[in-house]
Amino acid sequence: MSEEKSRRGFLEILLGSSAVMALSAVLYPIFKFITPPKTAEANLSQLKLSFTRAEIELEAQKAKYFKYGKALGIIFINEKNQLKAMDATCTHLDCTVQHRPDLGILWCSCHNGRYGLDGTNISGPPPRPLSTYAVKEVDDVIFVSKGDS
Amino acid sequence: MKNKIIISILIQIIIASAVYSSESNCLNCHSDFEDENGASQMITKDIHWQKGLGCEGCHGGDPELDDMDEVREVKGYQGIPDTKDIPAFCASCHADATYMHEHNPSLPTDQLDKYKTSVHGIQLLKEGDTKVANCISCHTVHQINSAELPHSSTHPQNIPGTCGKCHDDADYMKEYGIDTNILSDYTVSVHGYALLEKGDLGAPACNDCHGNHGAAPPGVSSLAAVCGTCHAIEAELFNDSPHKQAFEENDIPMCETCHSNHKILHPKDEWIGSKEPSLCIECHSLDDGTIGLETADAIAATLEKLIHAHSEAETTLSEAKEKGMMTTEEEFLLKEVEQSLIQTRTRLHSFNKDSVEPKAVVGIEKANLVRTNSAALIDEFYFRRIGLGIATLFITLLCIGLYLKIRNSEKEKS
Amino acid sequence: MNNTDSPLMKWFDTRFKINALIEYMSNKSVPTHSHSSFYYLGGISLFLFIIQVVTGILLLMYYRPGADSAYESVQFIISNVSFGWLIRAIHSWSANLMIFFVFLHMFTVYFTKAYRKPRELTWITGMGLFVLALSFGFSGYLLPWNELAYFATRVGTGMAGAIPLIGDDIMTIMRGGEEVTGATIGRFFGLHVAILPGLFTLLLSLHLIFVQRQGMSEPVAWSAKPEHKKKYMKFFPSFILRDLLVWMVVLNVIAILAVFFPDGIGVVHWPLGEKADLFSPPPAVIRPEWYFMFAFQALKMLPAHVWFMEGELFGILLFTIGGVIWMIVPFIDKDAGQNKRSKAFTYFGCFVLAFILFMTVYGYLVE
Repeated sequence: MSEEKSRRGFLEILLGSSAVMALSAVLYPIFKFITPPKTAEANLSQLKLSFTRAEIELEAQKAKYFKYGKALGIIFINEKNQLKAMDATCTHLDCTVQHRPDLGILWCSCHNGRYGLDGTNISGPPPRPLSTYAVKEVDDVIFVSKGDS
Repeated sequence: MKNKIIISILIQIIIASAVYSSESNCLNCHSDFEDENGASQMITKDIHWQKGLGCEGCHGGDPELDDMDEVREVKGYQGIPDTKDIPAFCASCHADATYMHEHNPSLPTDQLDKYKTSVHGIQLLKEGDTKVANCISCHTVHQINSAELPHSSTHPQNIPGTCGKCHDDADYMKEYGIDTNILSDYTVSVHGYALLEKGDLGAPACNDCHGNHGAAPPGVSSLAAVCGTCHAIEAELFNDSPHKQAFEENDIPMCETCHSNHKILHPKDEWIGSKEPSLCIECHSLDDGTIGLETADAIAATLEKLIHAHSEAETTLSEAKEKGMMTTEEEFLLKEVEQSLIQTRTRLHSFNKDSVEPKAVVGIEKANLVRTNSAALIDEFYFRRIGLGIATLFITLLCIGLYLKIRNSEKEKS
Repeated sequence: MNNTDSPLMKWFDTRFKINALIEYMSNKSVPTHSHSSFYYLGGISLFLFIIQVVTGILLLMYYRPGADSAYESVQFIISNVSFGWLIRAIHSWSANLMIFFVFLHMFTVYFTKAYRKPRELTWITGMGLFVLALSFGFSGYLLPWNELAYFATRVGTGMAGAIPLIGDDIMTIMRGGEEVTGATIGRFFGLHVAILPGLFTLLLSLHLIFVQRQGMSEPVAWSAKPEHKKKYMKFFPSFILRDLLVWMVVLNVIAILAVFFPDGIGVVHWPLGEKADLFSPPPAVIRPEWYFMFAFQALKMLPAHVWFMEGELFGILLFTIGGVIWMIVPFIDKDAGQNKRSKAFTYFGCFVLAFILFMTVYGYLVE
């Protein structure tokens, strides 16, 4: 009888403790999930840049790079003092283009590919123009976006 | 009734023949005895014909006549021009700015002038050597087409073959004493591969370095300018380097000395340094009184460090990727490392270790970041497996507990 | 076992008469026979639905509908939120398993003729839940706004356009415009997280109340069996404990699947892939989810014209008629209502099952 009792006691303990453990195995990921991650929200396809126009002006080449999804973009100030943004990857091979305010072009140093400041391929090997991003400036914040949005 | 039919048939024949003869009587006769490679068969694909220039536009004669002998009597009939007359023959229109302006204003009119400066032009016009290339050798006779058309003999991808018709023919070129491996050398080169295999029309064909109508081998002094049209930074760095003066003084061709001319293969990182297979040691030696090999070793070491960091980063990253982890950020960063690698290799052409190093350092830092981040992802992968193990263990324990409970409560009842 | 003496239970009992409920439940019993395992299928579906609700609410904290945020937020969940990959994987696995078990539940009920009088309404609410579950799957598939989902949704909503007269209107309403765009996400999102859960909970409550009220259906053959030969087990605690045990096994299986195959496996997969691009050419294989494959394949195989109507319309008509017959089967299968074997309906069920299986397998083979 006492053996029976201790077996039942053991079963109660097993059930209770394993239930608590299983529950914590379920709750732990949930708790971690609702803990805010380092960057608190998703980058949208309308990308908010982490720098201002003034910071771009400080650069020697009057241009800065930004990351847009899997692509690298370049944003620069053109001769009319407007902000323009385009893909920074040359359409020829995979090099990164740079803004050359002295020549008034976007330049790929790998094979001397040249693009106009509107992204059209002017000379050298690039087969296609660079695709452009829409740029919006609200107060001091720059937003870039692509496509239909 | 019958008469009416006969009359109408007659009228139709007259109209038909009138239409026919107004087109060109030339084709009428020529197509009778020419096969598919004959002028009359090919000419319809020719841009001149398509733009409305008939046979008489080049050959003279009167296409309205239907007797070949009578055609030859007509004033201005030219027939087949002599080989040495061909450039002037084509230039009668193509060097005429007023005429060309009416028909194709975008085309230049300096082809003949350039041709006269080319090796081909000098040989033909001054020496009277009819074996060298004239207009039709490259443009064909009756199938001349815009270089933009893929089947044109002057389309970039067809140019190596077009030039190779003569330059790859050892027998034909025997008396000129120039290399006839050019075409096969070019085909295996980075440029040939890019143009012919990858279809990159931005890659240079023969004419992009040698010129087309003014074709000539670039001289020792203009070599850097030729290569520099695309490889601008390399040329600029080289021109600022101590090599520039040394090469010029000793009449050593610039880019070609290390990279060869037609068989330009993918450069190897081992080419720089003080040991085989370095190219530096072909001129430099340890006791030549320059800092040449010392610099070469320093640059080689920097480059090696970057390449090592890059390949470690790549391996770790691909392992993380294989394990199904999200590696978008790291892949992005690795691309930047690759950019640094390209830049560092480009900087080599300054032959100055202080110019190479900063680019490499940036790359090495980024590569190390990729490696540590990817390693963290791999750890995360194992963490997931262990976490799963613990969770399933707990749940399985609960299952066992429930099972025992069920058995127990049922035993009690029975 | 009786915990009714505990102070807590007393507290509740004086207020809610809990003991009466337990009393009621412990008097209920579940038939024990060779097909008793079928009784757990509905419970498993319920458990999977609960998982869907929990993980769905969690995903909702980070998901942001809209053409310029949907894909990015899902990507964010997978890569930046801790255990985000797990929650998404569980949500997807559990969704697919739920549909699978709902199918199983439906067919076992059909073949054991458990729909017969007096359980007609249980069957009908069940059919409603089935349709809602499929709608959950269809609307949820689009939400990550990736290439796969975009094209599948374009084809899926396009089929509605084949219905005469009102087809175009239905399609426009579903898409929120002429084309599948960011506006469609808004609609599908609303459907997926508000309308469907609301309707589903309502129908599910009815379904469960019916089941609790009427108990489990006994096999048709039992009507001829003497009482003493029928075996039963207590609903509480025996059946409930077994239910719980099965649920835990399912939870374990889902956890393993989610960790080892977070993006699914084989034809049941949901890699995030590339973001939907409205202007890119469609991929070589546009494939619906596996549970729509039979319908997709059948519609594809129909000739352009059947009699006087378009093939697609004919197919939709046929599916609608079949669906309606399937739904009102308790009312037309009179024999089963009198506990007689109704062979014709068994054959009809076999045909439907064979058709679905064949079309699904065939659909994947011809790809």
